[in-house]
Amino acid sequence: MTTRALIAGLALAGLATMTLADLAATGGPDIYRQPPLIALGSGAAAGGAHCAALPQ
Amino acid sequence: MTTTTAPDDARPGARVASRGALVFGAALLVLAVSALVGARYGLLLLIGLGFGIVLEGFRFGFAGPWRRTIRERDPAGTVAQLLSIGLVALAAFPLLATHGQELIGAHAPIGFAMIGGAFVFGACMQIVMGCGSGTLVNAGSGNAVSLLALPFFAIGSFFGADHLLWWTGLGTAPTVALSGTTGLLVTLAALAAVSAFLWLRAPADKRVMPRRFWIAAICLAGLAIANLVVAGQPWGVVYGLGLWAAKGATALGADLSGSAFWGTPGNVERLAQPLLTDVTSLTNLGIVGGASLVAAWRAGLGGGLPDLPARAWIATVIAGFLLGYSSRLAFGCNVGAFFSGISTGSLHGWAWFAAAFGGAFYGIKLRPILGLEARS
Repeated sequence: MTTRALIAGLALAGLATMTLADLAATGGPDIYRQPPLIALGSGAAAGGAHCAALPQ
Repeated sequence: MTTTTAPDDARPGARVASRGALVFGAALLVLAVSALVGARYGLLLLIGLGFGIVLEGFRFGFAGPWRRTIRERDPAGTVAQLLSIGLVALAAFPLLATHGQELIGAHAPIGFAMIGGAFVFGACMQIVMGCGSGTLVNAGSGNAVSLLALPFFAIGSFFGADHLLWWTGLGTAPTVALSGTTGLLVTLAALAAVSAFLWLRAPADKRVMPRRFWIAAICLAGLAIANLVVAGQPWGVVYGLGLWAAKGATALGADLSGSAFWGTPGNVERLAQPLLTDVTSLTNLGIVGGASLVAAWRAGLGGGLPDLPARAWIATVIAGFLLGYSSRLAFGCNVGAFFSGISTGSLHGWAWFAAAFGGAFYGIKLRPILGLEARS
């Protein structure tokens, strides 16, 4: 394996580990409380966080 | 970004099989997230994969084109960015005007810390040759400098968010956001004016827009509009990175309840929820995955570790941290502030562009001094 492939593999493995550890720590999502597929037209206020927003 | 180094002796059958496996793996991942977390989250991961595929596939970014604009007066990449922003604005302005309850823009105030943060970000993105999206793309395509910078980017974003209110207290103007038809026309006129300025000051032989930049700008705009429509908010990067570090700090036993940022109700809820339900985390993960997919598709993962002096690696760690910290003070990076801010009418996007471009001049000068490239 070349070093570049190793670096890319490390990046993917690191993020996968973080995601799985987070799922284990948070207990996973409640799949029965999902937002609508698309925000546009849903009637629901945007609930995500963005770097341009001040803390709420 | 990687270079194409497909080996000549690769058997066509084996290559088709490996490429098929890559696409199948990505599709399986999106389906798994859709089924186990939620359909919207699967769609956002798919959009993130699209960002990564476009940025790596067309070798399109932000730091590199700015460098070429400054050093060689080559305007193509920067003008392509402005074109993409304009295309997003064409859709975003009417959508925000008619669906203001469901969609939000990347609107933030201009302030001393915001301008200073953008300046520092502009310098640091030239030092590591990677911006918010670029660091993710480069890490995914096997760039060791970006992989080292990435965790420190996240840690910097965490601390920058934690200190954000102190910095904004130094002096911040009210938020100004252009809107409606007039706002759209002003935005498009300003984008055209900057593009014309860059184009006219370029040498005649540089006044050429490569076809891949046209395609990349259009694809990137399409994905950014999809991000807005699906998530209800524009494309962003740095909030997700800070959230990853905040989750890491919590896992290590840190109590963030006293934090002016991470202790607020909205952020406490996000810390308790899986990161696969966070919009920017999903697109960030997709960007890394998409870039890896393209690099593997091209068989572009050959090559070894760059031969850099110790001071270059130390500079990468510091610049990575500063990228994260400064982008929080600046209310976004090249994606959240520049791309999404301008395309949704926020005046801070323009201030960010001017300040970061100024910082980029110094970053380009610092890069050889720090050992990240040979001195000319």
